Amino acid sequence: MSAGHDVVDPRSLHLAGDSGVHRLDATAKLVGLVGFVVLVALTPREAVWVFAADAAAVGLVVLFAGLPPKVVLARLGAIVPFVAFAFFLPVIGTGRRVDVVGVSLSADGLWACWGIIARAMLGAAAAVTVTATTSLADLLRALRRLHVPAVVVSIISVMLRYLGLVTDHLGRMRRAMTARGHDPRWIWQVRPVASSIGTLFVRTYERGERVHLAMVARGFDGTLPTVDPPVSATRVASAWAAIPVLVAASSLAVWTMVT
Amino acid sequence: MSRPELAVAVAGLSFTYPGRPTPVLGGLDLEVAVGERVAVLGANGSGKTTFALHLNGLLELQSGRIEIHGRPLAPDTLRGIRCEVGLVFQDPDDQLFMGTVREDVAFGPANLGVARDELEAVARHGLARVGAESLIDRAPHHLSEGEKRRVAIASVLAMQPRLLVLDEPTSGLDPAGTRELAELLPTLQDTQIIVTHDLPFALAACDRAVILAEGHVVADGPIEKIIGATELLARHRLELPFGYPPPA
Amino acid sequence: MIVAMHAPDGFLEPGVAVGCALISVSILALCLRRAAEELDDRQVPLAGLAAAFIFAAQMFNFPVASGTTGHLLGGALAAVLLGPFVATLVVAVVVGIQALLFADGGLTALGYNVVNMAIVPAFGGWALFSVFRRILPRDAGGVVGAAGLAAGLSVVLASIAFSLEWLFGATAPVPFDTVFAAMVGVHALIGIGEATLSALVVAAVLASRPDLVRGALDLPPAVFADRPKVSTRAFVIGAVLVAGVFATVVSQFAFDAPDGLERVATDQGLLANARDHAFSSALFADYATRGIGNEPLSLAIAGLAGSTLALVVGYGIVHASRGRHRVPPTDA
Repeated sequence: MSAGHDVVDPRSLHLAGDSGVHRLDATAKLVGLVGFVVLVALTPREAVWVFAADAAAVGLVVLFAGLPPKVVLARLGAIVPFVAFAFFLPVIGTGRRVDVVGVSLSADGLWACWGIIARAMLGAAAAVTVTATTSLADLLRALRRLHVPAVVVSIISVMLRYLGLVTDHLGRMRRAMTARGHDPRWIWQVRPVASSIGTLFVRTYERGERVHLAMVARGFDGTLPTVDPPVSATRVASAWAAIPVLVAASSLAVWTMVT
Repeated sequence: MSRPELAVAVAGLSFTYPGRPTPVLGGLDLEVAVGERVAVLGANGSGKTTFALHLNGLLELQSGRIEIHGRPLAPDTLRGIRCEVGLVFQDPDDQLFMGTVREDVAFGPANLGVARDELEAVARHGLARVGAESLIDRAPHHLSEGEKRRVAIASVLAMQPRLLVLDEPTSGLDPAGTRELAELLPTLQDTQIIVTHDLPFALAACDRAVILAEGHVVADGPIEKIIGATELLARHRLELPFGYPPPA
Repeated sequence: MIVAMHAPDGFLEPGVAVGCALISVSILALCLRRAAEELDDRQVPLAGLAAAFIFAAQMFNFPVASGTTGHLLGGALAAVLLGPFVATLVVAVVVGIQALLFADGGLTALGYNVVNMAIVPAFGGWALFSVFRRILPRDAGGVVGAAGLAAGLSVVLASIAFSLEWLFGATAPVPFDTVFAAMVGVHALIGIGEATLSALVVAAVLASRPDLVRGALDLPPAVFADRPKVSTRAFVIGAVLVAGVFATVVSQFAFDAPDGLERVATDQGLLANARDHAFSSALFADYATRGIGNEPLSLAIAGLAGSTLALVVGYGIVHASRGRHRVPPTDA
């Protein structure tokens, strides 16, 4: 993953669309997301079909939102190392062993592998779904409404605004180095690379100081003001956001009662 | 000194950045009348940007006096003066720090206490003045340099200043963008102080020019006269583009 | 095996998730207050840009050995540059946004992810940095060396924190002592890269804007006239040696279970009925304790590691809290 090709544009995470999911209130979506993820984390891993119900709920949301499944799956990339780790568990796990296709594996390890993968995928997929159907501005407004401190939301807003510029800057420095024949392979050759990161810090910090001046010049008082965009006429009832949570909660409740 | 028809009255302004040995501004005197469009020329390091920052009260007044429309710059008048003096920074990316153009243009008015339901109209009006109303939903980093420049100006205009100060407004613009800016600025009737290197642009956009050197004014006069004084310009590392004929 | 960072949902038991979340929230509240005191209305732009920087720096893959690359954790580096309170806030924001927007780390795992990636490296790193500053010469080279060593060890501290969280909340049948030995061993090596890179970055910043390095503000500007002479090769060799010794000692501890230690402990009456003693299963995760060959010794290791971690991080918080001064604005 070369920094030169990975200019991070957080705005591109939002896949614009006109589905009911897109038009749901962002606050409701966030609350629904957190509720769903908490329930998934609390679901015992033996409750296999509860996880299946959860997955179905996420799948239906993806479908209803018109999100391309391949894109959703591609965005789950960050859980890959943990999936790999999970696959080792039946091998290195302690405790009672079982025979699977002639190989002696840890029974607990197999369950642990399943549990980790199921929860990681469900949690990540749910987050991806919300991010893809909600604009950044709406997400930030939702965080404010959920009582995340205004200063923190302002910091996040500034960070997201300049992320693309900073990563682009780093990429350009890297390319300039490569163009002059510096292609380090070993840790002790890393000095020019580190130097450029140091320069990046200074330039970024100095930009921060200039942005501060620009803010003060326009009456800044410590937190960024909230500006509401014109409300789109076609809002969807917030209650719909509760569906995945209800699915997760009810299937868990049923499972708990049955076992 | 407090004639109300003076937009800006600066006397004996001196400034040294903390930690630096030499002063950047050393006794700068300047008067700008309402409605004038003044180009501030000078080599790098002559103090132009420092001077611009002072006009918005962004730098602590160390010595000298600044009056904006007859009001002296002081801690209690700062807020009011920041409404009156619109400062457009050199790098629009420093000035467009919100997530959407709408939020950037509405930032100033919101801080000034404009009601939330009026912000949309105020933002649209500011953008309309620079012909950028269609950009209202866009994200700043998806804009071209020229569009960013316009939105930055709009974000300042939305505060309805009486005086516009622009720091190197043509840096990063292509020739068409520079021309468009030169055509736009005179339509904004505010008094304008334009810090610039770009002499042809200054000729088109301003009627008066001052040259800063070593922190004070060394020349002051009508724009054609100053730019026509080739030797004077050369002494201060200012040149018309190669082959560009000096004004008659 | 970087499973200690950006852990997904449900990777550790809910009890640990909730406990760490409570710790994170309270420490972050403290950091918010201190950042506001230090930076005033410059908080939002400076912390925002710093967060963008940390995000970008973490994405950056730097070479380690012949094609293998590593990534910067950055918590200790951030602390040396910005001070630990702002650093923790900034890195926590990065971790939070990575979880929410990029599905990198689970939302229910934010508690321990913030502890491991922000709080422990920033405050632990700051504590170690302060200690090393006192030992090393009071010049630019000393700042660079201290920053490097602190950064390298901060990675190890983070792995210790994760191992302890595993002790209380393991979700897989891998015993605590295995996790501890593997984690600490691997992260001691990873620490070499972190140390080298952090030291060099601090050196680069010192060379152009020494006033932007919070950890060097006590030195007069004249000290930075000469660029610090840090030989990268020597530094790496030194770091490898330190890491090697460290990893060896830890493995000795965890795997070889020296009977001598146990005998001494029994003689001193510290471990009565050593063999029959069982962990309090209510507190520790079943998986973490099952399969441990030598329970009292593992408990001793956990206790020692936990105390050390708490001591270092606590010292970082206290030491940083003592200087209640506003960071003066640097010239634009």
